[in-house]
Amino acid sequence: MSQYIALTYWDVVLAAVFLVINGALSIWLDLRLERQLAIAAIRMIVQLILIGFVLKALFAISSPWLTGLAALTMGAFAGREIWARQERALSGVWGYGLGGAAMMFAGVLVTTIALTTQIQPDPWWTPRLALPLFGMILGNTMTGVSLGLDTLNSSVHRERPAIEAQLLLGASRWSATAPFVRRALRSGFMPIINAMAATGVVSLPGMMTGQILSGVDPTEAVKYQLLIMFLIGGATGFGVLLAVLGNIWRLTDERHRLRLDRLRDAK
Amino acid sequence: MLQVTDLIRAGVGPVSFGLEMGQCLAVTGPSGAGKTLLLRAIADLDPNQGSIHLNSQERRALAAPQWRTKVGLVPAETGWWADTVADHFSRPDDAAQLLEALGVPGDALNWQVQRLSTGERHRLAIARALQLEPDVLLLDEPTAALDKQATRRVETVLRGQLKAGKAIVLVTHDAAQLKRLAHSQIALSGGKASAQEPVG
Repeated sequence: MSQYIALTYWDVVLAAVFLVINGALSIWLDLRLERQLAIAAIRMIVQLILIGFVLKALFAISSPWLTGLAALTMGAFAGREIWARQERALSGVWGYGLGGAAMMFAGVLVTTIALTTQIQPDPWWTPRLALPLFGMILGNTMTGVSLGLDTLNSSVHRERPAIEAQLLLGASRWSATAPFVRRALRSGFMPIINAMAATGVVSLPGMMTGQILSGVDPTEAVKYQLLIMFLIGGATGFGVLLAVLGNIWRLTDERHRLRLDRLRDAK
Repeated sequence: MLQVTDLIRAGVGPVSFGLEMGQCLAVTGPSGAGKTLLLRAIADLDPNQGSIHLNSQERRALAAPQWRTKVGLVPAETGWWADTVADHFSRPDDAAQLLEALGVPGDALNWQVQRLSTGERHRLAIARALQLEPDVLLLDEPTAALDKQATRRVETVLRGQLKAGKAIVLVTHDAAQLKRLAHSQIALSGGKASAQEPVG
């Protein structure tokens, strides 16, 4: 039984009035946020309308190659976002490549396993299921990886004297940097831990809310949401671990030196 | 013997010198000449080229952590990674006597690092390096922040190290200290090293 209520464009415009009021308040209170609000809102409108058309076309064509290409494009944008969110990223191709590769590896692995063993659409790469699932997993993994890498690089840069003091007393690069690696891993895991703890009490997740609004039974929506949260948690864990360990390997060398020359200057 | 041959790192070199065990080599030169970078290169803390032998053993034959326990560098500004002083020593129970010799109260091991003065930090950094019993000490202006009495105590400890057969590479701006401790010297200017000369 579907209780889905279709929206008109007029309904969407009416909802945007609240944002316009916020913009007006910004001008009145001299917050100077109205321009940023307007640009962000316009970007969102354009991006969502475009992705709506792209997804409609991808679902209609239903090609594994185009589905893969779409996933790769999403990964490339997310990789760039990881790089841009770090105050001091690794320089050169490592800055963009390491975080992006770790995120893609974790995202593709977890999404593929979920599609082939749990959701099991036919074919398993059905874009209507694969792309939204991959997008949710990728978005959350991206947040974790960028937070983890930013914490690692900033703290290692700041604590250079303490790390080198330990190296000078015969510590290996792994033991001298271990507290900073642990801190970075905690930082990367924190958003998904907080999200899991608050889900269902403080907030109803967007996907579950969307399913309920579309008329799906709430207990069925909860099952899907639990599946998604476990997948996101797993992918975030793999992605953060790979990215942070790869980053600290690159920030040191085989002679157990700290190689801050491999970091780009602070933004 | 510590034999450094054609040591090059960005901004410094080539530098060559030989240092017998039980002797002290002073490294002099104006600020920015590359003295600190030279000590870091010997300790293999920065990428560098050239060869270094300690008692005929090539540096590259040893893992870097092992090399750094044989060649102990005490930088001018050292780092601290734990809350209390004792946490920075490999054997805190045996450190009190060493601290007293350097003019720091033995109970300083129980202090918070935050309460240490600059001079105390310098001497504690020397103490924690000495506890590893390195064959060579690389000291970057070890007494720059100390008064005369504390400087004398540190120099007494360093003379004891030389008598025990250890070698010291000492960066100093203090001409009198150079004469009191060093057997030979090299001068750095713009990263270039002069020939090694005896002191005196």
